[in-house]
Amino acid sequence: MNLHEYQSKELLSDCGLPILAGAVAYTPGEAEAIADMLGGGICVIKAQVHAGGRGKAGGVKLAKNSAEARAFAEKIIGMKLITPQTGARGKLVRKVYVEAGCNIAKEYYLSMLVDRASKCISIISSTEGGMEIEEVAKKHPQKIIRVGIDAVVGFQSYHAMQLGFRLGLDHEKVKKLQDVLEGLYHAFVSKDLSLLEINPLVLTKEGEFVLLDAKCSLDDNAMFRHPELRAYEDYDEMDERELRAGKHNLSYIALDGTIGCMVNGAGLAMATMDIIKAYGETPANFLDVGGGATKEKVTEAFKIILSDSNVKGILINIFGGIMKCDVLASGVVEAAKELSLKVPLVVRLQGTNVELGKKILSESKLKIIPADTMDDAAKKVVQAVRG
Amino acid sequence: MSVLVNKHTKVVTQGMTGKTGSFHTRACKEYGTHMVAGVGPGKGGQEFEGIPLFNTVREAKEKTGANVSVIYVPPAGAADAIMEAVDAELDLVLCITEGIPVIDMLKVGAFMRGRRSRLIGPNCPGIITPGECKIGIMPGFIHKAGNVGVVSRSGTLTYEAVFQLSELGIGQSTCIGIGGDPLNGTNFIDCLKLFNEDQNTEAIVMIGEIGGSAEEEAAAWVKANTKKPVVGFICGATAPPGRRMGHAGAIISGGSGTAQGKFEAMEGAGIHVVKSPADIGKRMKEVLRA
Repeated sequence: MNLHEYQSKELLSDCGLPILAGAVAYTPGEAEAIADMLGGGICVIKAQVHAGGRGKAGGVKLAKNSAEARAFAEKIIGMKLITPQTGARGKLVRKVYVEAGCNIAKEYYLSMLVDRASKCISIISSTEGGMEIEEVAKKHPQKIIRVGIDAVVGFQSYHAMQLGFRLGLDHEKVKKLQDVLEGLYHAFVSKDLSLLEINPLVLTKEGEFVLLDAKCSLDDNAMFRHPELRAYEDYDEMDERELRAGKHNLSYIALDGTIGCMVNGAGLAMATMDIIKAYGETPANFLDVGGGATKEKVTEAFKIILSDSNVKGILINIFGGIMKCDVLASGVVEAAKELSLKVPLVVRLQGTNVELGKKILSESKLKIIPADTMDDAAKKVVQAVRG
Repeated sequence: MSVLVNKHTKVVTQGMTGKTGSFHTRACKEYGTHMVAGVGPGKGGQEFEGIPLFNTVREAKEKTGANVSVIYVPPAGAADAIMEAVDAELDLVLCITEGIPVIDMLKVGAFMRGRRSRLIGPNCPGIITPGECKIGIMPGFIHKAGNVGVVSRSGTLTYEAVFQLSELGIGQSTCIGIGGDPLNGTNFIDCLKLFNEDQNTEAIVMIGEIGGSAEEEAAAWVKANTKKPVVGFICGATAPPGRRMGHAGAIISGGSGTAQGKFEAMEGAGIHVVKSPADIGKRMKEVLRA
């Protein structure tokens, strides 16, 4: 689960980290009021959407006074922000963060993540604050500093020394950086973050560190430990169908293609998308109905797929292990009848009780195209949508 | 011959009295696996369909000689269950549970350093040596005893590959699901090493996914260390970057972990790559004929 900048800052501020004064505004009037509260001088208006690259896309503006803050907020709220991360569709901006300005002396990049290869928490840093880390990795790989922290032993002073001196800081500043790093590490572990990115971390002319931007992602698997953080979920940022699927414990991701997919298991679901592409069509979604899917779940999955107007055909690919093919088949038949299905439906069943499942499908008198193998299924659904 | 498990393996189930645990313990027992014990704190002295229950893994091991554990404990208690099994010094610990917080798995990883147990998973289907021993949630009947080792990050996609092999008359020595999480106990290279040393394994199927760099590292290992043919596939070529495709570990981040990169690494290592998941069995047949 991704957090907005203002949510990330709230969470990190609660962990004692240095952020500038600021608040969220949903209207230009609110933005002006917040700017006044901040002293009426220079402040920054920042679009709050789940996507990076906001600055270049015009979603971040520096205002000289409260009136300008209002004017910028008027422009930004309601705009479609198009950044490399949003795709061509862009993201509608519904709120802005109004934040006090600061005197920037130097900007750094700082992030923490779980390093899969070395099985530790890595801090990644560079002197190229404000620049995308992927770009730094490409252009100046030598400028990327990586420090690994053992999750059992935790953060140690030497981590700060290794990192700080290589960033070119003096001893006094390194000690200040250590406080920031310790706080971030504490936040990462105690809140079960999967990613924490501070870009930039600013050293002010007054010699203090400030988190100028902050991006946190929470580990979805750990949400049971932090029920209060569920309130940070912003349904407006989510795809409507993904939201609906999530409420039914279906793993669904909306895509741009024309073939709706229903599969059990994440790997097989991805492989099914891949084989559709290999036959020249594109998948409309990723959908893993899971191992223990019930008739109700299958029906809901069907409804979600059909609510996508791009869908010209559906491919169901089930390898029944725990899931029994007959249960799946009855679910499909029931859902297809209930929804008076109009697009071609190809069903490939294999595994536990497959013969029984096939019998249920053929006796249903529905126009279901049966397929024996994955290859056959992909071929048939592509043929069917092309007429 | 096979790797890790065989007809002598004795299994203790952690979380046996839950719905999933009891269902699969029964299925594994029916397959012929020696399911010798179950663990349920407070349930020591009871029985489940003739299988004795114990309060702790250590006690189960002492009383029954169990050397492998399989875990169906829900996510919140799964890391603890793994550590308990490792502390009891079992040879092999299989964690089927999906949804364990990554921070918990970091702790498990650090805890395991220097200890003798091997962990497979979490978020995996388990392991099977066809005809001898099935531990986990895979359907036993699609497997066939033989000489191809299978290692995969996926569950149902592995069943698909195994089904293709069996249909073509190609049996399997052992099939290992290493799991779809970003942090796992046993990785591709560990399994490839085992298959490489196993006299009964003639060829290997390796199925990877987008996310991380385990496949690239495995490809480099294959190139340098094994002469046994490897057939490889990576799923997720059509997955959009930045999105988790069901599995917690299946995500392309910052341009790395793409299917294309992994396919290239495999091809460069001389692995027999198939671009379609429907061709895994067919390709293996060609490779074995050659």
